[in-house]
Amino acid sequence: MFKSTGKMIAGVLLGAGLTMVASQANAETLRLLTWGGYAPDKVVQMFKAETGIDVEVTNSNNEEMISKLRATGGAGFDLAQPSQDRVAGAQSEFDIYKPIDLSKIDATKIIPSMLEGTKKNTTVNGSAYGVPHVWGTSLLAVNTAMAPDVKDYLDLCDPKYTGKISYRLKRPILMAFAFSMGMDPFAAYNDKAKYQDILNKVEAKLIECKPIVKAYWSGADALIALMSSGEVVAAKAWDGTGWKLTAAKPEIKTMAPTSGALGWIDTFVLPKKTQNEAAAYKWINFVMRPEVAAMIVEAAGNFTAAVDGDKFVEEGARKRFQDTFPPEAIDNIKWYPPVPTGLEEMEGKVLDRVQAAK
Amino acid sequence: MRMQSATRLALFLLLAPIVLWLALLVILPHVDMFMVSMRERVGIRQYEYSFANYVEFFVEPLYWRTFARTAIMSIIATVMTLLIGFPVSYYIAKMLRGRMKNFLFLLCLVPFWVSELVRTFGWMILLRESGVISNLMQWMGLVSGPVEMLYNDATIMVGFIYTSMLFMVVPLVSTLDSLDDSLVEAGYDLGGNAFTVLRTIIIPHAMPGIVSGCIVVFMLTLGNYLTPVLLGGKDSLWFTEQIYTQFITRFNWEQGAAFGFLLLGLSSLIVWAGLRLSRQTLSQTMG
Repeated sequence: MFKSTGKMIAGVLLGAGLTMVASQANAETLRLLTWGGYAPDKVVQMFKAETGIDVEVTNSNNEEMISKLRATGGAGFDLAQPSQDRVAGAQSEFDIYKPIDLSKIDATKIIPSMLEGTKKNTTVNGSAYGVPHVWGTSLLAVNTAMAPDVKDYLDLCDPKYTGKISYRLKRPILMAFAFSMGMDPFAAYNDKAKYQDILNKVEAKLIECKPIVKAYWSGADALIALMSSGEVVAAKAWDGTGWKLTAAKPEIKTMAPTSGALGWIDTFVLPKKTQNEAAAYKWINFVMRPEVAAMIVEAAGNFTAAVDGDKFVEEGARKRFQDTFPPEAIDNIKWYPPVPTGLEEMEGKVLDRVQAAK
Repeated sequence: MRMQSATRLALFLLLAPIVLWLALLVILPHVDMFMVSMRERVGIRQYEYSFANYVEFFVEPLYWRTFARTAIMSIIATVMTLLIGFPVSYYIAKMLRGRMKNFLFLLCLVPFWVSELVRTFGWMILLRESGVISNLMQWMGLVSGPVEMLYNDATIMVGFIYTSMLFMVVPLVSTLDSLDDSLVEAGYDLGGNAFTVLRTIIIPHAMPGIVSGCIVVFMLTLGNYLTPVLLGGKDSLWFTEQIYTQFITRFNWEQGAAFGFLLLGLSSLIVWAGLRLSRQTLSQTMG
């Protein structure tokens, strides 16, 4: 029933859309679904100059990318960039991606361990769906002048900072608190009962901590406003955002918490109904060039999986990276494993209850 | 005979766009959405028909509490908008003439030249702890430290009233405009005081405007997403937010669709009850 209504609506929309498509068809375009900063204007212009292909950039996040592609069955975009832990689950549940042809990618330009790891984590039924692009972590941004003793996620619950704490109420905070409380949620991924038990403990803690929180931030801009005005003295943040704050205000330190930063890798995947696969591969190979990768590092604030991508990065950014991540902190990064289906629903209910708690 | 069939054809052609619009873009998607709300995910890519999504709403206190909170706050926002909007509209419609009238009317419109997002951010700049009002109060010596005025229910309310004021003022001004001044004068001549004149002449005359204004404001508030999320902060809890979360971050379209239908039912019910209480009919207020 819904299939046929869906088709009818699609037909009508198609009719209306055809006129628009017709006018665009002469110039080749690549419709890229990505994160803010991953496709800076300068890089898009260079790509156009070299290949003649226009890149239409749509900024988004993991959940929206999956929802958008799910709504169209994988149409509307030629290349998308979800995080590696969110590819396999979405693929097996909604069938929205197309296996990637690794022979069309210049593997020598990608750091081998990351390429291998991403390939492994995004494999469904024997085919790999993703190649790595930008990687980063979420950790702590701390105003050391005003909150000198924040060292781990649980310190965000210290009552002396009441009204001066912020974090994002999404699944990373659940993982962060679990690790900080001495539990390993990743090890419990395949044991739902145990995972629920961890979630329950984290939920109780987050509700207990709620009065201390000033606001749950929702985007990097909101966090930057909160921290640079001094309204918030410690927050769980993305490292790229943290480094932007450090660059502007040196007393704000971006630090890996003692229980470990949480690491993610954003990938390139082909939506199932991509219309310009050739351009997608061209774009992937283009942004993996070290000098282009450096420009993306500058815009996004995060490092890429390109070999030698950090060679061309300005000195300040490299210094900030090394301050945050001494070698032992890098070894302590907890990389997100692929999320099995069903867990997100359990997490969702916990997040809802925390949001509703008084 | 031929004449008649020609007119019928013309009528049909004239109606076709609106019928197609309604059928394809309003009714069909709703039917589709209803079907989605009636299925339950039992496994990967496996679905079954059931009421589970609706049952979930009633067994999980969080959802219906959010729902009740949304409805009650929307009603309060509507009443407050009416209380503030009515004197304003009366002043514009009855006390002013000529250019001044147009000017004030225009002032009500000005905030709507920018998008809702920008307006909400404007409020955030004013009200935040390091914001304009907080700094002004410290400078005047009224308070000793910064004051946080964002992230509470009162702020959400301010945001709602601000965003919906125009939709209350416009219908009120147009109904009050049509009230003959001599009726008001007659009321006073017959010995009525300001209150009796208001109660027996002005309000009954303005009733269709009041009701249509209230319906529009109520629906806008109930379906608002930006204002509660941005101004409400960690305690916002708005039902539209819940629907958004189900659809976008949980990938749970089934639950989101069920919530959507519950919201549709609730808002229709409250509007119906409001019309009943005010003894108006929809055709009177909209006509």
